[in-house]
Parts: sequence; structure tokens; C-alpha cells
Amino acid sequence: MAKGVKPRVKVPKSASAGEAITIKTLISHKMESGRRKDGDGNTIPRSIINRFTCAFNGTSILDVTLEPAISTNPYFQFEAVVPEAGEFHFTWYDDDGSVYETKKAVKVA
Amino acid sequence: MTFTRRETLAIGGATLAVATLPGKLMASTSDLIAGVTGGAAASAAGIELTAPEIAENGNTVPVAVSAPGAVAITMLAAGNPTPGVAKFTFGPGSAEQSASTRIRLAGTQDVIAIAEMADGSFAAVHKTVKVTIGGCGG
Repeated sequence: MAKGVKPRVKVPKSASAGEAITIKTLISHKMESGRRKDGDGNTIPRSIINRFTCAFNGTSILDVTLEPAISTNPYFQFEAVVPEAGEFHFTWYDDDGSVYETKKAVKVA
Repeated sequence: MTFTRRETLAIGGATLAVATLPGKLMASTSDLIAGVTGGAAASAAGIELTAPEIAENGNTVPVAVSAPGAVAITMLAAGNPTPGVAKFTFGPGSAEQSASTRIRLAGTQDVIAIAEMADGSFAAVHKTVKVTIGGCGG
């Protein structure tokens, strides 16, 4: 598990039914591309998050395949529909097999 | 230091040759698009790519892509050591098929976005981004 990985997600606390909301996600991760070299000229091995998914009550919203060309601390912003009250489920998959998850509940006003 | 006319022309020509060189080394934009669409023609309408004209730091270049009605959007960077950047697959819960993120660019190059529509057709767009400091390490 890469060190200091912390997911941050910004979702409105409440929305009206059927409303489109903007979701912003950021996860602290160094996203080592596998092309950099250390001081001795050895290649630093690749270590990135290779997949990110977001689902609402089990319905898929977004599934992203990440390549090394995604910047350090991968950031995503996208739009989702809130049909009813429920929970957003965010998942990040690391190259080393670790899975980082976070959940956010949304109320329908 | 003074140059004769002949020397000045020679230097100018050499600079031009160096400046045009990276363009030839890059994978061709149309080849990359064809690689994703499987050779099918891609229309230019229906997809929008927002990227800065000049990026000071190639390590984090903010890009946004939007393609109403798309199933998936593939993003490529033609001049990176590996052209793949990301693939966004939109599920039924997405409100509009748009996403923004931050990417790494090794140098001045074309950023390409290819959308696969629900009916199986493709739309592609590309935009040149000038990069002052490359973002892929040495």
C-alpha cells in the first residue's frame, strides 16, 4: 500500500430528486509513472492508481481507466443524477492491489 | 559577435530543423484516432475538449472533455512516451457525459479525445497544448 493515500470527495449534502449534481474527487497518491530515475540512475518502478469507479446505490456513474499520464493526486470532476436518497460509493484501485474506498450519503430535499 | 548574412541564414535553418523535429517523432494524431475507432471515421461534431493553449507546467495540465450521448471517452496525448491518458466509461447514473481531470504532458503536443457514442459511431477532437516544462521526468 502506497503511503499517505487519502481520498477526498466533495458531494452536496442534499439535492432535489432527479437533480444533476457535480462531484469532485481527489486522492493523494504519488502516481509514480515508471519513467523517472532516482539519483543513482535506477528506474523508479511504476506505482499508480489504475482504476477509479463511482456508483450511486449500485448504479454505475463513472468508471475511469487511468494511465501513468494522469497527474499526481488524481482529480476528477463529473456530473451525476440523484434519483432518490442514497449513497455514493467511490473506489480507487492501486497497482499494488490495494483498494481505497469512501462513501457519501445524499439526502433528497 | 557579428554574423555574416550567410551564417545567419545557416543558423536560422538549423533552428527551424530542430524545432520541427519533435513533430516527426510523435505518433500521428490521425493514426492514434484510427487505433481507437478501429479504422472507422470519426466526426468532429458532438465532442468538446477544453485544454489550455499554453501550460506552464506539464506535470498538471487541467483538461475537460464533454460529449453528450457518449458511452465512453478515451483521452490520448500524442507526444507522450505512452500515448494513453485515460478512458472514461459513463454509466446510467451519469447526468451529462463530461469529466475533467489533470494530466501530464511531456512536451508541446496534441491532446486527443475520442468519444464512442451509444449508436457505435465515434467523434474525435484534438487540441494542441504548448508545454513550457515537460512532465514525464528524465
